[in-house]
Amino acid sequence: MADIIPTPTGHVRLGSNAGQPLTRRDGVLKVTGAATYAADNRPDGLAYAVFAHSSVARGRVTSLDVDAAKVHPGVIEVITPANRPPLGRDPDGKAHMFSWRTEALQNDTVRYAGQPIALVVAETLEAATEGARLLAPRYAAEPARIGFDAGEAYDPPAVGIGSPPNFAKGDVEAGFAAADQVTETRIETPLQYHNALEPHAIVAAWDGDRLTVDVPSQAIAMARNDFAAYFEVPPENVTLRSPFIGGGFGSKAILNGPQLLCVLAARMVGRPVKLAVTRQQMFGHLGHRGATRQHLRLGVDGEGHLTALEHNAISTTSSFDDFLEPAANASHNLYATPALKTHHTGVRVDTGTPGPMRAPGEASGSAGLECAMDEAAAALGLDPLEFRLRNYSETDPASGKPFSSKALRECYAEGASRFGWAGRPLAPRQMRDEAGCLVGWGVGTAMFPAPMFQAKARATLARDGTGLMEIAAVEMGQGALTALAQIAADGLGLDGDKVELRAGSSELPDGGIAGGSGHTATAGSAIFAAGSDAVRKLAELATRDEASPLFGAGNAGVVGRAGRLHRADDERRSEAYGDILQRAGLSHIEGEGAGARDPADAAEYAMFSHGAVFAEVKVDPDLYQIRVSRLVGAFAAGRIINPRLAKSQLTGGMIWGISFALHEDAIHDPRTGRPMNADFAGYHVPVNADAPSVEAFLVEEVDRHVNALGIKGVGEIGVTGSAGAIANAVWHATGVRPNRFPIRIEALLH
Amino acid sequence: MIPNLTLTVNGDRHEVHLDDARPTLLDVLRERLGLTGTKKGCDRGQCGACTVLVDGRRVNSCLTLAISVDGAEVTTIEGLARGGTLHPVQAAFVENDAFQCGFCTPGQIMSAVGLIAEGEAGDDAERIREGMSGNLCRCAAYPGITEAVRDARQRLAQNERESV
Repeated sequence: MADIIPTPTGHVRLGSNAGQPLTRRDGVLKVTGAATYAADNRPDGLAYAVFAHSSVARGRVTSLDVDAAKVHPGVIEVITPANRPPLGRDPDGKAHMFSWRTEALQNDTVRYAGQPIALVVAETLEAATEGARLLAPRYAAEPARIGFDAGEAYDPPAVGIGSPPNFAKGDVEAGFAAADQVTETRIETPLQYHNALEPHAIVAAWDGDRLTVDVPSQAIAMARNDFAAYFEVPPENVTLRSPFIGGGFGSKAILNGPQLLCVLAARMVGRPVKLAVTRQQMFGHLGHRGATRQHLRLGVDGEGHLTALEHNAISTTSSFDDFLEPAANASHNLYATPALKTHHTGVRVDTGTPGPMRAPGEASGSAGLECAMDEAAAALGLDPLEFRLRNYSETDPASGKPFSSKALRECYAEGASRFGWAGRPLAPRQMRDEAGCLVGWGVGTAMFPAPMFQAKARATLARDGTGLMEIAAVEMGQGALTALAQIAADGLGLDGDKVELRAGSSELPDGGIAGGSGHTATAGSAIFAAGSDAVRKLAELATRDEASPLFGAGNAGVVGRAGRLHRADDERRSEAYGDILQRAGLSHIEGEGAGARDPADAAEYAMFSHGAVFAEVKVDPDLYQIRVSRLVGAFAAGRIINPRLAKSQLTGGMIWGISFALHEDAIHDPRTGRPMNADFAGYHVPVNADAPSVEAFLVEEVDRHVNALGIKGVGEIGVTGSAGAIANAVWHATGVRPNRFPIRIEALLH
Repeated sequence: MIPNLTLTVNGDRHEVHLDDARPTLLDVLRERLGLTGTKKGCDRGQCGACTVLVDGRRVNSCLTLAISVDGAEVTTIEGLARGGTLHPVQAAFVENDAFQCGFCTPGQIMSAVGLIAEGEAGDDAERIREGMSGNLCRCAAYPGITEAVRDARQRLAQNERESV
C-alpha cells in the first residue's frame, strides 16, 4: 500500500477538500454566541476569584489588610504568601524550555508592577473585586529600573527560545573596507503587549484528585502536564479544555501564576473557581514583546551588491528571567551577503518577562532591516525594489543551504504589479493627493521560518461512511478547525461533510503547540498520516478479500476518494468503505499518524515562507498626521489549504504591521515602573478606520521538502515586511527617516 | 434594599433578584442569566466586545449598571437568529470571513445591526469603517467586517423592498 502515500520527496496529491476557500466550520457557532470560551463556563457552585496586583515595580509587600477583605460580604477566602498551600513544582524553576518563572505567591517579593500579590475568592465577581481592593497593600519599594539605559546590560546565553545570541560568517570589517558605500541605521522598537481580545481566564474544578480546567491554551498537552506537576497528580487526572481561544498571539502558550492560584483556590474552597484577568492586568504577568534598540551597518559595492551586513540589537528582559527578542536574527536568512554578523545584548528592567509575541524577533528585526535596506538603496540612487532584487539570495545567507522553495521573486513581481509600483519617483516628497497630502510609497520583504513541532492524531472510519479525526489541535482564530478538517477529509478519502474533527481537549492525542506558524503543517501532517493509515488498513481488508472488486489490487494500489476505494489502475473497480467494513464484520477501523519534520530534509534545506509588502501612506503636510491608505502584500507559503482563511491571516498580520508602525507603544513610567497606558484608550491598536485598504495575494509555490503535504505557514509572516514598508513610505512622503517605532507625528516635525 | 430588576432579553422576560447595586448589565447577562455570548474584553467601554442593543440602541453593556436599565428591552447575539435561520448580518459575517478568533464577533455583529438601523452609513465603506470603529478586532478582520456590513445592509434593504 506504499503507493497510497507517495514517497516523502514526492508531492502528495490531495483530494478535493484542501485548496478550497471554504467558510469556517465554526462560523455559525461564532456568529451566534454559541462558541464557548473559558470564561463562559459556569459550573454549579461557582465562586469567583480576583487577584490584587502590585502598584510598585520593585521591593516587598509589607502589609495586606486581609481582615478588611475577609469581612466584606461574600468574600470566602483570601490567599497570600502567608497561607498559600505548597505546590509540587517551584514557580521560579525552569522545568522545560517553555517554562517561564512566574509568581504564585511564593514570597512577598515584588519584581514588576502588575505582579499578582494576593487572590480573593468570593460568591460574586463584584464581592471578589471589592475584596481585592480592600487589601490596600503597602510596600517597601525600591527605585524602578526602566528603559535601555536604566537597566543592567549583560551578554545573554541565548535569545528567543534557545537560539545563539551571536552569529558571524565571513569578515564584515573587510566587507565594509571593500564597500563603495556604508550606511548606518538606528531603530528603536517599544514594549508591546499581546492584548488578545479575550482576557486570560480559567475555570478550575476539582473532583477528588481529578482536575478539570477550562483555559485557553496554545499548547494543550504541555499545559496539562504542567498542571499535573504543580498539583502532584498524574497527567491523566487532569482534563484541560480549550475549544476556542479568543486570540493568543503567543501569550496563551505558557503557564502563569494566577492560573495556578485559581486551581489552588478551587481546592481550598472545595468549589469550582473562575478567574478572568482584567484588561489592565494584561500588561503585567502575561508576557510581552520586549523593546529593542537596533544598529545596522550595510556595506554596498558600486553594483549595488551587499559586501557586508551587521545587525546588533539590545533587547530588554526582566530582572529574573531571560527572553530576549531575537531581533538581529531577522538578518540571517534574507539578503545575499559575503559577510554577515549579528549580536545581541540583554538589558534587565523591572517589567514582567517578555515572551513570544506574533513573529518574535522577526517583527522587530524585519522593521530594522527593511528600513536599513531602504536607506542604502536611497543613498545609491536605486529603486528600493531593484536593490532588493540585486541582493536576492539563491541560498540561505547564514547556512549556505538551498531553500526548500522560494518564490520571493514572484512575490515581488505580483505585489509590485497589484500595487502599481512602476514609475515611483526615486526622491522623497514628490507625490501629493487631490487633498494636498504628501504621498509616499515603500516596500518591505516579508519572511518567516517554516518550523514543525510534533503531533499525533487518531482517525476512525465508520461503517456508515463517516470519518472521525481526533487531535488536541488549537482553534485560536487561524481557522484550524476548518483547515485541519479539510486535510482530514483528504487523508480519509471522504467528502468534508462526512468528517467530524474533534479538537481542543487534552483527552485527545497531542496536537502539538499552536505557535511558530507551524500548527497546520504539524497537526495537518499527523492528521493526513492518520487518515492514510486508516485507509491503508481498509485497503488491506479489501485487496485480500475475494468478494471485493479490489481483490488482488495490492500491487497496483488503491486510492480512497469520496468514501470509496478505487483501484489505482482502473477507476471503474471500486467499493464503498462501509461495504468493506460490513463484510469484514467491523463497525469501524482506526488509524494513527504522527507529524514531524523529516530530519534529513531539515539537515539539507533552509525552510521559509516569503512575501513582499507595498505600502502607500498619506501625510498631512501641516499636521504630519500619518495614514496608511493602501497596503498590498503577495506571499508564497507552500501549499495553501484554505485561501480564504490564509488571506485573513495575512491581512490580519499586515494590520499588525500597521499597528507596529504607527500605534502600539507600552509606556512604563520611569519613576514607578507602572505601565501608564494599560488599557485600550492609551495602548492603541488599529480600529477599522485605520486599515482602509489591505489586500493579500497568494503566490503559488510547490515545496517538496517542508513536509509531505508541502505546507509552510501564514500566521506570522504578514507582520514582517509591513512595518518596514510603512516606515519607508513615510520617508518617501516626507523625506524623514523614522528612528523609532511607532512613528509619531513629532518624529516628522523637523 | 434593591428592588427586583425586570429585563426583557431577546423577547423573554426575566425577574432578576439583585442584592447588590454593583453588577453591570454585562455581568448580569453573563453570570446571572447565562447569556455568555456577549463578551467582556476590557470592562471599561473601550473595545466594544460587550455591545448589545438596549431598546434598539447599541450600548456597551460593561458601562451600563444593570439597575439603570430596569424595564428595558435588551437584544443580545443569542437573540438575532430566528428559528435556526441566521440574521443577514450573521450570515454576511460568515460569508465574508469577518472574524477569526470570534471573541469580538458578537459585539461587532450587534454594532453592525445597530449601525445599519441607524441608517447613517449606507453603502459608503469609509462611513462603515468609521461607524464600526468602536469595536476592536485584535485579529484585525477589518476588511471582512466592512464587506460584511455592506453586504448585510444590501440584503436587509432588499428584504424590506420585497416585504412591501
